[in-house]
Amino acid sequence: MNPSDSVSLYRSMLRIRRVEEALAARYAEQEMRCPMHLCIGQEAIAAGVCAALERSDSVFSNHRAHGHYLAKGGNLNRMIAELYGCSTGCCGGRGGSMHLIDLSVGFMGSTPIVGGTVPLAVGVAWAATLKAGREVVVAFFGDGCFEEGVVHESMNFAALHKLPVIFVCEDNDFSVYTRRDARQPDRPIHEVAAAHGLRAASGNGSDVDEVFGLATEAVDRARLGEGPQFLEFRTYRWREHCGPNFDDEFDYRSEHEIKKGLSECPVDFYKSRLALTPGQEESLIDSLEKEIKKEIDAAFRFAQESALPGVGDGLSKLYV
Amino acid sequence: MSDQTRKIAYTEAVREALDECMARDDKVIVIGEGVPDPKAIFGTTRGLAEKYGPRRVFDMPLAENGMTGICIGAALRGMRPVLVHQRIDFSLLAMDQMVNNAAKWHYMFDGKASVPMVIRMIIGRGWGQGAQHSQSLQSMFAQVPGLKVVLPVTPHDAKGMLIAAVEDDNPVIFIEHRWLQQIEDHVPRDHYRVPLNEARLLFEGGAVTVAAFSYAALEALSVAKALAATMAIYADVLDMRTARPLDIEAVIRSVSRTGHLIVADTAFHTGSIAGEVIAQVTERAFGMLKSAPVRIALPDFPVPTSHFMTEDWYPGPQTIAEAVLDLIDADRGTEDYARLCTVLQPQSRHDTPNRDFVGPF
Ligand SMILES: Cc1ncc(C[n+]2csc(CCOP(=O)(O)OP(=O)(O)O)c2C)c(N)n1
Repeated sequence: MNPSDSVSLYRSMLRIRRVEEALAARYAEQEMRCPMHLCIGQEAIAAGVCAALERSDSVFSNHRAHGHYLAKGGNLNRMIAELYGCSTGCCGGRGGSMHLIDLSVGFMGSTPIVGGTVPLAVGVAWAATLKAGREVVVAFFGDGCFEEGVVHESMNFAALHKLPVIFVCEDNDFSVYTRRDARQPDRPIHEVAAAHGLRAASGNGSDVDEVFGLATEAVDRARLGEGPQFLEFRTYRWREHCGPNFDDEFDYRSEHEIKKGLSECPVDFYKSRLALTPGQEESLIDSLEKEIKKEIDAAFRFAQESALPGVGDGLSKLYV
Repeated sequence: MSDQTRKIAYTEAVREALDECMARDDKVIVIGEGVPDPKAIFGTTRGLAEKYGPRRVFDMPLAENGMTGICIGAALRGMRPVLVHQRIDFSLLAMDQMVNNAAKWHYMFDGKASVPMVIRMIIGRGWGQGAQHSQSLQSMFAQVPGLKVVLPVTPHDAKGMLIAAVEDDNPVIFIEHRWLQQIEDHVPRDHYRVPLNEARLLFEGGAVTVAAFSYAALEALSVAKALAATMAIYADVLDMRTARPLDIEAVIRSVSRTGHLIVADTAFHTGSIAGEVIAQVTERAFGMLKSAPVRIALPDFPVPTSHFMTEDWYPGPQTIAEAVLDLIDADRGTEDYARLCTVLQPQSRHDTPNRDFVGPF
């Protein structure tokens, strides 16, 4: 990988991290009045997968969507404005954190009914094939989502028709507070996908190089008509399932596990991969931090200065 | 504390019902996403896993349809599953098993087998729940013969109706409302049943009948109290309590005295169970009605997330009060009316049930 790619992967992760930290810090003001699921700790998957895509490729996501949206190039101003319920939000305020969209960069939509968007990704890939396009489609979802029947129906159809779709499973071991071992037998997720006829691989979701490498291979194969791909990434969700806080006081993860999870920070860990001298590293990070902070501050200002929808504004657009 | 003075919240009443049912009958099992977790379905399953063990209290895979069918199978073998969905919206994934199997099994097979099962589901509201986490789908279920559909409003009824539901040999859809969860009420310690086919008169007036479902019943009650206190207008308030069967007799009894009918629901306007109440009363007691019945329900749109858009989205106490005043042609140019409006002023932001309620849920 060339150095500029490393920097942009790092930057993409750092940006997601700082955006979400800013959201978490301001959530207590109770101006962002919607449920919010942060992906802090899981940034490498969004950043690595989306870096392997072209702008004209498509992405679908779930309730934990901020990272996917931002990594695919979704407009930050419009995302923040959406969380504040403004007219300038990416859904005009109708969606909030759990419903994001930016069609201009191929972010097709994210919704919070678990499994809801996975078949849609397959459908977009199907249409691309029918139209003989070269588009590749990604569906991001969690290990919990892998239990939904619709995911398996989707994999079956995608394999049957060799569709250019990539199933990306982010395995943070939890569905809310419930561990995977209380929901699934002990067997690798990706092997189930392989049994459906998908080409499947798994990797460390905290290592953005590894994510990017596996995703690049998968995208190439999908684009060449080799059919659906499945990527399983182990990762760690730092904060509560829904909301801005840490919730380790509920004692659902061991201290050891928490320590290990936090120590595998995808952002910090990646600094060494930039292969810079300490001085270069410091000045690069310093300038990235400044640039990102400026962008985030501007996005919050954009939201706070935005026009607000009125009471009647929800009473339209039910049909085309 | 005696039974007369003991007050507990709705969530605790639900928990107590489950606890008692499990203690009495080891065939009762409780399953759902998050049932044994630290949040314990808003506290409603707290302690059950510890008390009854992992063979009777389960978490489950995110597989709503499959798990519903699996519970139906267990029920066919004599278990009495209580399956929980944290939002009614998630139960949509299980529509096939609920509607095609649970509801039909007893009928389809000539009564040779039955499905004694309860499916609890919670209606979300507020704090930007949005289009997919705040639907009120009671009429969808109520449309299906073979299901019983109940919506307890008071903690007293939540306990008594859940016990009755668990002990019932039919599939019961048990619909709770997020905004009822913190309501407190006198709840007896005994094991008691509240029938799954009777409305309850919450307030006796005589001027107008307000029949209401779920959270709307609580709002209607507050309106009736306020109308009585400020304008000396006395309305009947019926907590319908069940959507299938519907206790139309109770509505007609009230309408026979009042001649006016308002039905308030938490659901979309079109196809709401409120519409069904109005249709049945009109069919059977047209002659008693002095005015056209009024339906109070939500706009026929998904609920948007932005709190700027949801201000005034939900009809509330003021909407119900205005409907009552319209029906009886009350004079609004009075100080009493001004006082009524003051009393009905919401005490909290419109997207929270009370002051203490903060997000994310
Ligand atoms: C059909 C459905 N069932 C349940 C839920 C409640 N719910 C929201 S997110 C979630 C956990 C999903 O876990 P996973 O897919 O692993 O994603 P993660 O939250 O770990 O990112 C659950 C159970 C839902 N939104 N939709």
